[in-house]
Formats: sequence, C-alpha cells, structure tokens
Amino acid sequence: MSQMTLIDAIRAAMDEEMARDERVFLTGEDVGPRGGVFRASQGLYDKYGGTRVVDSPLAELSIVAVGIGAALADLRPICEIQFADFIHPAFNQIVNEAAKMYYRSNGEWRVPLVIRCPYGGGIAGGLYHSQSVEAFFTHCPGLKIVIPSTPEDAKGLLKSAVRDPNPVLFFEPKKGYRAIKGEVPEGEYFTPIGKARVAREGRDLSVFAYGMMAHYATIAAERVAEQEGIDVEVIDLRTLLPVDRESILASVQKTGKALIVYEDNRTMGYGAEVAALLADEGFEFLDAPVRRLTGPDVPGVPFNHGMQEFFMPNPDKIAEAIRELAGY
Amino acid sequence: MAAAQQERAAARLGESTLMEIYRVMLLSRRLDERSWALHRQGKIAFHISGMGHEAAQVGTAFAINRTVDYVHPYYRDLALSLAIGLTPTDFMLSLYAKQGDTSGGRQMPSHFSKKALNVVSGSAPVATQVPQAAGLAFAIKYRQQMGLVDPNDASQPRLALTCLGEGSTSQGEWHEAMNWAGVHKLPMICVVQNNIYAISVSVDQQMAVRDVADRAAAYGIEGVVVDGNDVLASYEVAHEAAQRAYNGDGTTLIEAKTYRIVPHSSDDDDRSYRTREEVAEWKAKDPILRFQKWLLNEQILTDARVQELEAEVKAEVDQAQAAAEAAPDPAPEAALGDVYAPVEG
Repeated sequence: MSQMTLIDAIRAAMDEEMARDERVFLTGEDVGPRGGVFRASQGLYDKYGGTRVVDSPLAELSIVAVGIGAALADLRPICEIQFADFIHPAFNQIVNEAAKMYYRSNGEWRVPLVIRCPYGGGIAGGLYHSQSVEAFFTHCPGLKIVIPSTPEDAKGLLKSAVRDPNPVLFFEPKKGYRAIKGEVPEGEYFTPIGKARVAREGRDLSVFAYGMMAHYATIAAERVAEQEGIDVEVIDLRTLLPVDRESILASVQKTGKALIVYEDNRTMGYGAEVAALLADEGFEFLDAPVRRLTGPDVPGVPFNHGMQEFFMPNPDKIAEAIRELAGY
Repeated sequence: MAAAQQERAAARLGESTLMEIYRVMLLSRRLDERSWALHRQGKIAFHISGMGHEAAQVGTAFAINRTVDYVHPYYRDLALSLAIGLTPTDFMLSLYAKQGDTSGGRQMPSHFSKKALNVVSGSAPVATQVPQAAGLAFAIKYRQQMGLVDPNDASQPRLALTCLGEGSTSQGEWHEAMNWAGVHKLPMICVVQNNIYAISVSVDQQMAVRDVADRAAAYGIEGVVVDGNDVLASYEVAHEAAQRAYNGDGTTLIEAKTYRIVPHSSDDDDRSYRTREEVAEWKAKDPILRFQKWLLNEQILTDARVQELEAEVKAEVDQAQAAAEAAPDPAPEAALGDVYAPVEG
C-alpha cells in the first residue's frame, strides 16, 4: 500500500492504462505540457509525447465529439473537460450521440470513451467553477456515471472506465483532489463500475452520498458515533448510473432510515431517485421519512465565502441531519 | 474546366465503372421514388429524400476506398450509401422498421449505418456527425503516427468522409470540426451538399458568403466548389481530395452545388417557399439524365441498355420492397435491448 492523493491516483490510473494499451490517449484543454490546470496529467506529455497527450482547441463540444469518433475507430480516448461547468456545450454529443450510438446501431457501433470532469463546490469557484452536473446525465441510459471519493476507488474505477466498452462520465470531486488522501493497493486492481461501497458499517441509519459528500459523510458518521453513539452506515454510491439498487435497499433493510447527501441543487437531484427507489421497493424497511441534505435550489454556488459555505453541505451539517433523523 | 474534369475522371474510371456509377444513381432514384409512393399509399410512416443529389454523392463515393475508409453520412445520403454497399433491402427494412434493419427498427429511415462497411450510424440533430468524422480521421492519423498501421496500407481506413447540407454549416459543430481538421491536418473529406434550402430557409438566410467553400481558408484547409449535378466533376474533386488525405496533406471541404427536386421530407410541402418554375428549371438539370446523355454520347451506353437497366433496377426495388414487407417486426421487447455493450473479461 502507498499513500496517495485523489489526483495522484487518477494520474496513476491514466499512466498505467496508457503504458498498457497504445490505443489510450488523452485530450482536453491544457492537458499537454501544462499537465492540466489541476495537474491531473502532469508528466504524461513528457512520458508519452504529443501524439498521445493532445492539447485540444478550446472547445468542449469537439473535445467530446472527436473522442466519440476516435472511440468509434476503436481507440480508447480519455477526454478531459476542464470544469463540469463547461461540459454543457458537449451535452448534445454526450446525450444524443455517445449515449445512443450502441442502441441506434443495434449493437454494432460502440463508444468506449471516458470523459473526465472535475466538479463540485467549496473552492471559491463561483457559479461557473463549482457546478455539480451529474443529475443531467444520470437521466440518460447508455451512459455510465462514476464519482469516486477515495484514491483507491479513483484509480480502480478509472481503470475500469478506460476498459469499459461504453461511454463513461468520470466526475472528480475537485475539492478533494489534494484534500483527500488514502491508501492505494500496490499492483494492478480494478474497482467494478456499478457497485456501491460500504464506507462505514452501521446499524442505526444509512447515509447515501458520493464524491466529496461521501468523504464528509464518513467524517460526520465518526463524529456522531463518538459524541452521541449513533451508529451510521455510510454508503459511498461510487457509480450513479447504472443505479446499484441492491446496495441501497440492503442498507436500509438493515437500518430502517435513509439520509441522502448531495451538493447539487435539491430538486430533481440524484437523491430524488434514491428516495423514489426506497419509497417504491424499500417502503416496508423504513422507520422514518427519507431525508435529503443538499445544496439549495438556486442557480449556482455563490463566490462570496459566507454565501458559498451557506450553500455547501459539510460534516457539521451532515452530523446535524444525522442527529435529527436518528431521533425521529 | 468542367470538360477537362470530365475527361480526366472518365479516363481514370473506365467504362465498366462509369456504367456502375450510372446504375447506382439510377437505383437510388428509383428506390427514392418508390419510397415516396409507399408513403402516399400509407405503407410507411416517413421518407426523407435525396433526389437530385445523386451525382454529388455517387461521384464522391467512387473516389474513396469504399467499405474501408470511414463514412459518416447524413440523412440525404441514400445514393452515397448504396454506392458504398448498403443494399436496397437494407433501406426498405429501415423504411418499414422491420427486423433486420441496421438500427433494429429503432431509428427513423435514412439513418444509414453498417459497421461491416465502416458506415457510421448518424442521428437527426444536424452536423453532429462532422466532429465525429474528425475523430475518425484523428484515429487514422494517430494509428499512422504510432506506427500501428502503414499509411499506404489500403486495407486500412485512410480517410473519413462526411456529408451535410449547407444549412447545417450554421451549426457550431461544423465550425469546431473544421477547426480540428485544420489544426491537426486530418485525413478527412467534408462534402457540403448545397441544395439552396434548409427545409424552407434559403441559403442567403444561412450565410453572408456565396460559397461555403470560401470558409475553408479560415480553417487552413482546402476548399473547392463543384457542380454537384455533374457526377464526373464530383468524382474528380473527390478524387483529388482523397489523394490529399492519403498523402497526409489534410482535409478538403467540397461544396457540391445541387438542388433537392422534391420537398424536404414526406411531411413537407415546398410550394410555400419556392416556385414551381424554379423546381422545373432544376428538374431540367437532372443529374441522372445529364450523365445518361453523356454516356450515350460517348457510346458507352445504348438506348437498349437504358431500358434493360430500368427493368433490372425496378426488379431490384420490387424485390427489396417484398423482402421488407415479408420481414417480421422486431419483438416489442427489443425496445429494451442494446443500452449497454457488455463488459468483457
């Protein structure tokens, strides 16, 4: 085992996959000599050269579309969208093209494409460097949506994503790029797409979260265990699409209570689907209303620090929501 | 210019290929006409037509390495698709949305696709295929640069061909694709089939320049205008474009000036936006009749052979229609299939 940050683990996954398979290449804005604005690809240009680490024009639509074309030609592109906030020009290519290609060609044409995309708030990014965009895409069958919260998962999931024959959106909680550190196994391993992870076992209440919020939920769970003796189970969803229904239902069957935490806007966010699943198939397990702790329904995360912190869920707010639900 | 182009093209192609080109154009036209009739008879739900575009499409197709080079067509490319190797039965199955259709009955007709021929499935939002074609061309160049393929190996794709209408060049997708093509000097041919109308909106409402091809200069790629109703000229410019791509000299933007002699689709009525006189004028410039006349004049074709070919093509269309009508519908539950490709290993 070695200690890594989240972003080190992402870089290590790309490095391993590029070393293994000559079809794997990276493109996006500033991914070349600069190594990406977050340094996700630092050193890869020097190691693999400009043919495989390609600075794209400043145009997200075609970063994705060229990736789709290259994937159709059986390469294995990793496309970086610099911030999730900038993915919207590529929405048509992702939703109408990548997601539908296999279906519309009766299973003939595949799009083995990875779109890496830093997302999330709390980093003084304002409206356009803080967005959580996962809910737009989790509504879209044909895509796989992955969000890691630990270095171990980031590496294992990204390697699985590169080898997946389908388009995978790989959202990275950028606030955790260097803030989240953890052990990463030596040698090659894969984390399966489609399986949630029990981040902390518990009996009293289930918290469902992903990305930075899964990290925070684990901190909050330890705190309430220590302070109030509340035994929280934290499920790090890791894959949002396809939905891991079994893991969600199994946890609530055990605890009877569910809190869903996401930093996206509340309404129609990912938690709505988790809540609907529980209402539909987990109704008899429930001892309390399903609760959501989320960002508010406002157009964006404000730049002002106080307003930003007001917007963002954090360990304190999660601990408070846990206490409230535990006491129901 | 046109005469010289025709001469060069004819010399390069030879008589039997010239006849093959004529046959594909005729087949496309008769298949297209039958589709309109089937729609009027209430047998099919929708048809979108390429009538009038046959010369631009077939001339282009014969200039590339058909079935090997990548083709990412648009919805008017019936003649192009037939020239690459899709069959009338493939098309009829898509019209009827029957089992055996290359989309499995999921797509509306004229979304041509066949992996075995390297024809890529397209969608309906226009110009989406163009930056993907740049990606296909990018992959070709990537493999060559990585030493994974020999750039002269004709068994491998060496260019990506894509088509669209002039109206679709208003999309940002097209601009971004041309920019990639120029920056990366991609082995690509982009054929804009300029038929003057985007459904009802005339070209002067789409762009302030007369020729789409003028824009090539802004992307650092070659731009050329061709009479899209002249199949030999269309072949010749596409041939030059293909050689440019094969030789590592980058992308060509071809603007084929042509005309759609029928409404946009079976749901359109073109009387609201263009005069009958204008349509009649273009019908008189029909690309198939024009090529037929040239072939007769060159004594490559005879009147008797024209009649025989008409009969052969009609039989082929009849057969395709019968095959589609006899084919079963896909199972309704097939709506649930092919959402995700299976993960192997």
